[in-house]
Amino acid sequence: MADPDYPPDGSHCSIGRICVTIGCFLSSKECLTSASQLSEVELIAAARAGRQDAFAEIVERYSGTVYNLALRLMNNPQEAEDVMQETFISAFRALDRFQERSQLSTWLYRIAYNAALMRLRKRRVPVQSLDEPRETEDGELMPRQLVDWTTMPDELVLSKEFRGTLDAALASLPESLRSVFVLRDIEGLSTAETAAVLGLTETNAKVRLHRARLALRERLATYLMPRLADVRQTPAGVGAGR
Amino acid sequence: MLCKEMLGSLSDYIDGDLEAQLCAEIEQHMAGCGKCRVVVDTLNKTVSLYREHGHEPVPPEAKDRLYAVLKLDCPQSGRES
Repeated sequence: MADPDYPPDGSHCSIGRICVTIGCFLSSKECLTSASQLSEVELIAAARAGRQDAFAEIVERYSGTVYNLALRLMNNPQEAEDVMQETFISAFRALDRFQERSQLSTWLYRIAYNAALMRLRKRRVPVQSLDEPRETEDGELMPRQLVDWTTMPDELVLSKEFRGTLDAALASLPESLRSVFVLRDIEGLSTAETAAVLGLTETNAKVRLHRARLALRERLATYLMPRLADVRQTPAGVGAGR
Repeated sequence: MLCKEMLGSLSDYIDGDLEAQLCAEIEQHMAGCGKCRVVVDTLNKTVSLYREHGHEPVPPEAKDRLYAVLKLDCPQSGRES
């Protein structure tokens, strides 16, 4: 006779009949619903109850940002992968202690950030750039490059070399600016969540974001101006990028 | 408003986080200052370029290895890691 407390065929629940044995406390929704449809709170409850698909769903939802943050901080795909693995191993081991005072995403990204920082400290090399924007007397950054490069040909934007320039410009920023820029502008976190991940005040996160943007604007302008001059001098108008 | 006075507010301006009064002052300044107009436009372009091209996805083989380390089934491959 079918037991009403768990799915008759076990197909929706990865731990099946053991639910009853261990006294699973999931609501019927958490037990029966596909993990991809669960809210964050429900997903955490399902993972704590041992649902394998809930752990997998956490990986699916958050590994992209974890990896990109790690990659941009480490500038090394192998180390980024190591940080990503460390992050999820640590998080899953500690999931029972996660108190849900922050979002799960914030907690995961903070674990990733700390793991990356620990690695960076072991191989700390100061990053200096000749293209740092100048600071004015009141501490603002005064732009140097004042040529409009916003109308770039598609060929240039889509080129592998330009993508490499975007990566290199970002990599040349100090870690304190890079981390804010990656989370806020690339990964689309709010200012509040970015600040929470990095342990900053929102005001400080905004200041760092602004400095990062200004510095990147300078670097891209330095790269693009001679190439745009080439393009403008070429009769065909395109294809002259070096 | 002087050029350097508006410089510190440009990120808030392009994010739409500024009060209407300050926005209007910046726009009034830019209408008569080509250099500041260029800085705002190129700052905006910088952000949009990274939003479009800055996210590097997890390589599939790295995702497979992550699932294997975590001893989880990879939902995309449909095979046990």
